Amino acid sequence: MPVSRNFQIVGWILVAIAAVAAPLVFHPLFAMQILCFALFAAAFNLLAGYLGLISFGHAAFFGVGAYISGYAVKSMNISPEIAIVMGTAVGAAMGLAFGIIAVRRQGVYFAMITMALAQLVYFICHQAPFTGGEDGMAGIPRGNLFGIIPLANNYVMYTFVLCVTGLGLALIYRVVNSPFGMLMMAVRDNDRRATSLGYEIDRVKLQAFVLSAALTGLAGAMKAIVFQFASQTDIVWATSGTPVLASLIGGIGTLAGPVIGAAVMVALENLLSGFGEWVFFVQGAIFVFVVMFFRKGIYGELKGWAERNGGSRPASRPADVSSGPVATMPQAISKSAS
Amino acid sequence: MEILGIPIQALAGQLLLGIVNGSFYAMLSLGLAIIFGLLHIANFVHGAQYMVGAFVTWMLLQYLGISYWWALLLAPAVMFCLGVAIEYVFLRRIYELDHFYGLLMTFGLLLMIESIFRYYFGSTGLPYENPLPGGINVGFMFLPYYRAWVVGVSLVVCFGTWFMIERTKLGSYLRASTENPEMVLAFGINVPLLLTLTYGFGVALAGFAGAMAAPITNVSPTMGTHLIIIIFAVVVIGGLGSIMGSIVTGFALGILEGLTKFFFAPASTTLVFVVMVLILFIRPAGLFGKERP
Amino acid sequence: MSEICLSVKGLNAFYGESQALHGIDFDIRRGEVVTLLGRNGAGKSTTLMSIMGLLKNRTGSILFEGEETVSKPANLIARAGIGFCPEHRAIFSSLSVEENLLLPPIVRKGGMSVDEIYALFPNLAERRSSRGTSLSGGEQQMLAIARILRSGSSLLLLDEPTEGLAPIIVKVIGEVIKTIKARGYSILLVEQNYRFAAKLADRHNIVLDGKVVDRFDAVSDAASLDHIKSYLSV
Repeated sequence: MPVSRNFQIVGWILVAIAAVAAPLVFHPLFAMQILCFALFAAAFNLLAGYLGLISFGHAAFFGVGAYISGYAVKSMNISPEIAIVMGTAVGAAMGLAFGIIAVRRQGVYFAMITMALAQLVYFICHQAPFTGGEDGMAGIPRGNLFGIIPLANNYVMYTFVLCVTGLGLALIYRVVNSPFGMLMMAVRDNDRRATSLGYEIDRVKLQAFVLSAALTGLAGAMKAIVFQFASQTDIVWATSGTPVLASLIGGIGTLAGPVIGAAVMVALENLLSGFGEWVFFVQGAIFVFVVMFFRKGIYGELKGWAERNGGSRPASRPADVSSGPVATMPQAISKSAS
Repeated sequence: MEILGIPIQALAGQLLLGIVNGSFYAMLSLGLAIIFGLLHIANFVHGAQYMVGAFVTWMLLQYLGISYWWALLLAPAVMFCLGVAIEYVFLRRIYELDHFYGLLMTFGLLLMIESIFRYYFGSTGLPYENPLPGGINVGFMFLPYYRAWVVGVSLVVCFGTWFMIERTKLGSYLRASTENPEMVLAFGINVPLLLTLTYGFGVALAGFAGAMAAPITNVSPTMGTHLIIIIFAVVVIGGLGSIMGSIVTGFALGILEGLTKFFFAPASTTLVFVVMVLILFIRPAGLFGKERP
Repeated sequence: MSEICLSVKGLNAFYGESQALHGIDFDIRRGEVVTLLGRNGAGKSTTLMSIMGLLKNRTGSILFEGEETVSKPANLIARAGIGFCPEHRAIFSSLSVEENLLLPPIVRKGGMSVDEIYALFPNLAERRSSRGTSLSGGEQQMLAIARILRSGSSLLLLDEPTEGLAPIIVKVIGEVIKTIKARGYSILLVEQNYRFAAKLADRHNIVLDGKVVDRFDAVSDAASLDHIKSYLSV
């Protein structure tokens, strides 16, 4: 249930201010890190929150997207926007491959399979020469956007990343609010019923998976150019856990959740960066804490609070709902038909 | 010595390594299968519990001078207690929730446990002395005593566990609770206690595997990290529904891996995953799987 | 008149937010067969689940042999001496017939021995090593009843024991219930087959919308049976 209009307008204004001010208040690299990670988390959340498929292998798309775009810019002299498209395309292709294999099983098995497939990709990348193996791919140039706009300036780069991330998030918003999005949620809530009504749920899952993987590849591709570095840390299994945690902290199954969670996690990481292993310890502790006590996440809790305290409750809308029983099948169907 | 152009000694050596690896795959996927069957928790932290078992073994020797043979009993006992504590404090609260929360929570526990050990012990491995040095020449290969011991003991432990579950009264409680825990409760059995003890047992099994691994691999905080993902692939291949399935699949994959290492080494690290992909197309429910895919 | 073994007063039960039982009242004396009759959804099974402690969200009073059990967990209620035979029998497919039979622990002295049970149910003896669910529906029902005879429970909760069974098997089940009643078990019988129930029961309770709306002693005349039927038909 969306909160009242005023709340939303205020929210959007705050977001716009934050987006413009961020590179000025914080270091632009920090702000870009948040954006890339926010897109990564949001792409994961598309699958996890709205379709109910928890993938523990998204690092594969992220890392390979990074390698592809990095290699394109560095060794093939391709201009950055095309390199990013290439990273996205490869991400989508991998998503198709992963998806065809993984959607054969459900739930926890699905997670295990995606994890194993990502590990497979990790080993392949480790052995492939172009990735630079353990040393990684360094010195990726920023290049010139469209051949003419130099991206070496952090503020210019930031504007580009902001636009791309914004477009990515907008795409996710559109998908979630479309008939396809409603179908996704219907499959999440009751896949047997969806099948009995004639929907090919494997098709739905696969399409969503490809989209999620593509956007993740996009995030990775951008990240490689922003930080001018791609390495196997991007593909390691622990990286697959980061969008999960970000979405969980922020609120699974909401649109703002992953973005908020991403900001929290990047901030935390930078705060604790001097403390080595404690970053992971804190991440793990937050995981445990959130699963036990805080499953709705920051945005989920905020929305719940706002609704209870004066936000209007219009008739059920399927968009932007937090996880839990949501629009039931018949409602979803009639909505998509109207 | 060569037969048909294949150096038998090298092949046998690789096969032995494969069976040894398979022993660990079997023991670890067995523990995971038992925990998942009864508690419906995908115990992501299983690899870390294996690692802690190895460390306990190392610490018992290092700080208390307790030998390997006692550690084989004590390390699992310590891990049993740790498992009971984890179940009681953390896992118990999430049984009612969707199953993936179990995966998420154990993932969090994994991050916590591994980071603590990495902090105190670094990432490089610590050596542990082989308690059964030497070996015997059986003609076509040299058989180290310790490796033979590992294979023997894991076979005993695996089949002992299988027997306990499939043929004893306690096992019937476990099997019944896996199917319909409410009904078992309605008969008067303290099912929550059974869940706690079962988790403890699964963790003890992981710890036992860790103790056995100490003399073979270096005891390091990351020794369970990549292993857990292989174990996950093993259970997807074998199917989590069957105890015997996990054991057989674990050993079989170890042997297969050994053969692959001999004939085409670069593929050996990825073999298990490739097999997993194949199985998902041929038999989605797993080789011995009983549930709907 | 023998003493009261189960006394239910003002039992309310909730499935989440929705209330399923609105103040159920009835009692059972030792050695009696008492029924809960009613349409589908009336709350009969819910009442059994509440007595057994499987439905946790319940208020009111459930006195079993003088002890309050309304807030006890199910395993302690079983250990107090109540045995449960659920709808659809709940035979475990991963256990053999004999394992199914021996699963419930002995909670009190006085239960039937395995030999006595096999004497009462010879076809179970024959199939004792088969998988529990490989038995026919009727045999599974007998196994479900047999299980709780061994444990020493004194009160048996039977939820629709004749559901889905052929008339000839229903007759056998009736004989079994008569036999165990003669041995002194108290039985709470939930049934939709009111003719079957009428042959066995000492007293009837009619359940409608989560309440007991009528109760009477055993009947066998046609008029009374029609009276019962009127409660059950849609």
